[in-house]
Amino acid sequence: MRIQDQQPLISLLGTSAVLLQAPAPLLFDTQQKIWGLAQQVEGWEAVLEVIPGMNNLMITYPTLPEDMAGLKAQLLDAWQAVEGIEKEGKVIDLPVIYGGPEYGPHMQDVVAHTGLSIAEIVRRHTAPLYPVYALGSHPGFCYLGDMDPSLATPRRQVPITDLAGGSVSIGGVQTGVSASQGPSGWNTIGRTKMQFFDVNKMPPALCKPGDYIRFCVEEVIQ
Amino acid sequence: MIEIISSTALCTVQDIGRLTSRRYGVGTAGAMDQVSLAAANLMLGNAENSACIEIPMFPFKVRFIQDCDFSVAGVEGTMTLDNGVLPTGWAYQAKAGQLLSIQRPKAGCRAYFALGGGIDVPVVLGSRSTQLRGEFGGLEGRMLQTGDVLNAVTALNDRRLDFGITSALSALALERENQIELRVIPAAEYDAYRAETQALFWRTAWKITPQSNRYGYRLQGADIRPEQPLETLSHGIVPGVIQIPPGGQPIIQLRDAQPTGGYPKFGTVIEADLWRLGQAAIGKQLVFKEVSLEQARLAAQQNQSYLDDIKQMLALQEIFV
Repeated sequence: MRIQDQQPLISLLGTSAVLLQAPAPLLFDTQQKIWGLAQQVEGWEAVLEVIPGMNNLMITYPTLPEDMAGLKAQLLDAWQAVEGIEKEGKVIDLPVIYGGPEYGPHMQDVVAHTGLSIAEIVRRHTAPLYPVYALGSHPGFCYLGDMDPSLATPRRQVPITDLAGGSVSIGGVQTGVSASQGPSGWNTIGRTKMQFFDVNKMPPALCKPGDYIRFCVEEVIQ
Repeated sequence: MIEIISSTALCTVQDIGRLTSRRYGVGTAGAMDQVSLAAANLMLGNAENSACIEIPMFPFKVRFIQDCDFSVAGVEGTMTLDNGVLPTGWAYQAKAGQLLSIQRPKAGCRAYFALGGGIDVPVVLGSRSTQLRGEFGGLEGRMLQTGDVLNAVTALNDRRLDFGITSALSALALERENQIELRVIPAAEYDAYRAETQALFWRTAWKITPQSNRYGYRLQGADIRPEQPLETLSHGIVPGVIQIPPGGQPIIQLRDAQPTGGYPKFGTVIEADLWRLGQAAIGKQLVFKEVSLEQARLAAQQNQSYLDDIKQMLALQEIFV
């Protein structure tokens, strides 16, 4: 069966939300369809908020519609018909200090797991233009796609309780930047200074889905 | 206007939460027991969603700096106003200088302290609730401290206040032999567990472990493992989602949870029962019961009837005073 023929999974999140999960694997094309669907569903009756995730979409309601079978059919129809959105997002350059015990405390773990040198890790990490798929986790945090798979490093056995804001890390096949201090199970390889969230601005988050992040070398500490 | 006297940590300003900023990565926050939040507000003639102080540690002490309408709901117990004793679930008018002390409750574990018109802190992204990770909302985005001064929106509202209400714990009780029953709708990964594992989940009495707080309750009781290891991509979640990390011990995500998650979801506690978790202390036992969406709707209506009864009682008071 081709991926396009597979139906997304639609499920309930209790009495306040519906979740639509597109078939695997994680793809940018699928994410563009998720953005397209999000835009449509925002206009539907009684919807509270529409939250894109990684190839999925959560729709929250003050109370769920009476006719759930109807809603499910409506969602499936919309998914079949929707066109992916080509967002003209902005590119955000993030200068990063890579490595060293203070800014990149787990660089050695990534070296050990990948077998690559620090210089090569930095080269491969700064090469792509990373699309922002969605926001989540904590205020202003971006889920990014397209990390070089050779950099993939498993999440840490024991999470860090107070990872600093601005930490650039790798968790499995994903990379990201923590927007504020908090717990994390990812491997931190560098630090950037950008402020990702300002509650006094609207929208409060620096990035939105469809934007791009490019990591640039400010310094590499061996 | 009030001043916090006790040094009890973990008290925060909460309303029903920030419901429309999840797409920016902002969790909802909001009161753990939203039925009692509404009840405390109704007693003072406030909008149901006005901000209150959520109190999980006792005794909790405040001094009134001016004459002030106040109410306390959620727990069952007593409080002292200077030398006088009042039950909780009570609305009253304090005089400037009086000291209120809410004692350790006999039942329940979170008290909601309301002031006339609500606690006056700025609305941030549509809510007055404290967002601890984002350090905004509530009072300066943090837990309350000794010496903090908070204002009421309208301290005095010209109504007679000296009456009580039945607690939600009593009026909406489902508790059986010290177990708290929670109604659950199965979630996306439910079918990835074998029938025996599903049955084990439903029949287990789950203990609320000490690693439980406003972010989530971690439970102990049985090992719940899927047939095959599950990989799910990060997606939006709501308070009440029961996630099962690889270790097999469930976590119920609650009001301070992240707005997204990736662990497999076994089910979701219905919104109408989340207040029961808000009143369920560490060490208590939980049992889960599978329900349909229709049964969940009836549960929500029962919560609403409890609040409607309070409104009706207040309306009658207005007539006979």
